[in-house]
Amino acid sequence: MLDKEAIAKRIAQEIQNNSYVNLGIGIPTLVANYIPNNINVCFQSENGLLGMGPFPKEIEVDPDLINAGKQTITMLPGAALFDSAMSFGMIHAQKIDLTILGAMEVSENGDIANWKIPGKMVKGMGGAMDLVASAKNIIVAMQHVNKAGESKLLPACTLPLTGIRCVKKIVTELAVLSILPEGGFKLLERAPGVSVETIKKATLGKLIIEGEIPEMAFD
Amino acid sequence: MINKKVANAEEAIHDIQDGDTLMLGGFGLCGIPEKCIAALVRKGIKNLTCISNNAGVDVFGIGLMLQLKQVKKMISSYVGENAEFERQLLSGELDVELIPQGTLAFRCMAAGYGMPAIYTPAGIGTEVAIGKEVRNFNGKDYLLEKAFEANFSIVKAWKGDTAGNLIFKATSRNFNTVMAMAGKITIAEVEELVEPGELDPNQIHVPGIYVHRIFKGSDYEKRIEKKTTTV
Repeated sequence: MLDKEAIAKRIAQEIQNNSYVNLGIGIPTLVANYIPNNINVCFQSENGLLGMGPFPKEIEVDPDLINAGKQTITMLPGAALFDSAMSFGMIHAQKIDLTILGAMEVSENGDIANWKIPGKMVKGMGGAMDLVASAKNIIVAMQHVNKAGESKLLPACTLPLTGIRCVKKIVTELAVLSILPEGGFKLLERAPGVSVETIKKATLGKLIIEGEIPEMAFD
Repeated sequence: MINKKVANAEEAIHDIQDGDTLMLGGFGLCGIPEKCIAALVRKGIKNLTCISNNAGVDVFGIGLMLQLKQVKKMISSYVGENAEFERQLLSGELDVELIPQGTLAFRCMAAGYGMPAIYTPAGIGTEVAIGKEVRNFNGKDYLLEKAFEANFSIVKAWKGDTAGNLIFKATSRNFNTVMAMAGKITIAEVEELVEPGELDPNQIHVPGIYVHRIFKGSDYEKRIEKKTTTV
């Protein structure tokens, strides 16, 4: 079973060279720590920055420079700043190659829910509805089951939707799965030491298993 | 040059009344008009509709206005990490319209560009789409979203001149530019206020035609919501 850092590390392997990537709040933010040295990536922060760098040293902290998770941040050489309209303009114009975000539920046809539990919790959609409506490629980082032990990979989402038919891949503490165009979670990889049986039990939506399922490989 | 300078936050907001609709710039606590918010809190006006990406935190920014029940309705994209905002939303004390962040930006932009509405795919297939016109372009569905109408826009810039030209720093630009362009009356508070000619026209982010009142704020707190550092 993977911890959050390992989920981030596995997702980092998905990032293509010379790509523009938007990272959501939570586990996705950690992905930036695991980019292989031979991969050139430019991170977009939807509050108005391309070329986001690592967290600052104490003396570099600038309250005017934050990421979309409201954390203090730095800029890399070649960074560019812009306003929120241009930021979502480049998102909807599909200039971003990959969006990585968290989810409360994902359905077997790629619907995602991640902003609200009616009557209990409301975070708001922030930029997520824009990102999922226009992203070329979406990878979801999340736990396979919720705190009550219920599957988050479902035949259909039960929570209010963020977007429809948009998620392409999911990385959880148990597995890597892709969502097939015709529907269904296709099991691609198992976390080290996790059996196919465990993944079956944790997946309520249609799970497609073909042949031997390899374990995830880490350096 | 037309002089937009006013003395202070009190003078800048003097005619904002109970029931007005305000746009307030900023993302989290970054680039919020903290001097005007403090003046609105002191003035104690109520029943405001506030259009702002967030509502500050419980003890700073628009959160201060929520604590005092000055806000009737919030139009925002993100509530997370603001306990009082979430509490008032869930209890129904506060009317909250949550909309996608890009839609928020584009509805401001549309107002600033004189466009009545825009089309966006954000929210298609979700509860955001309920009751809205959907139109298909090139095989993809889009929602019709109307330009905002606000009595006042209140923004915070890094530098400005008395002609109302504004320059922003780093990610504090966020919604401030499009909101500055969108208000019937736009109020800008700046850290540094100079005479016309002192700012490089090449560097201006918002031309002064959009700005009606400008003043220099002092002793900016610029609180940080999540200070995150490495060694």
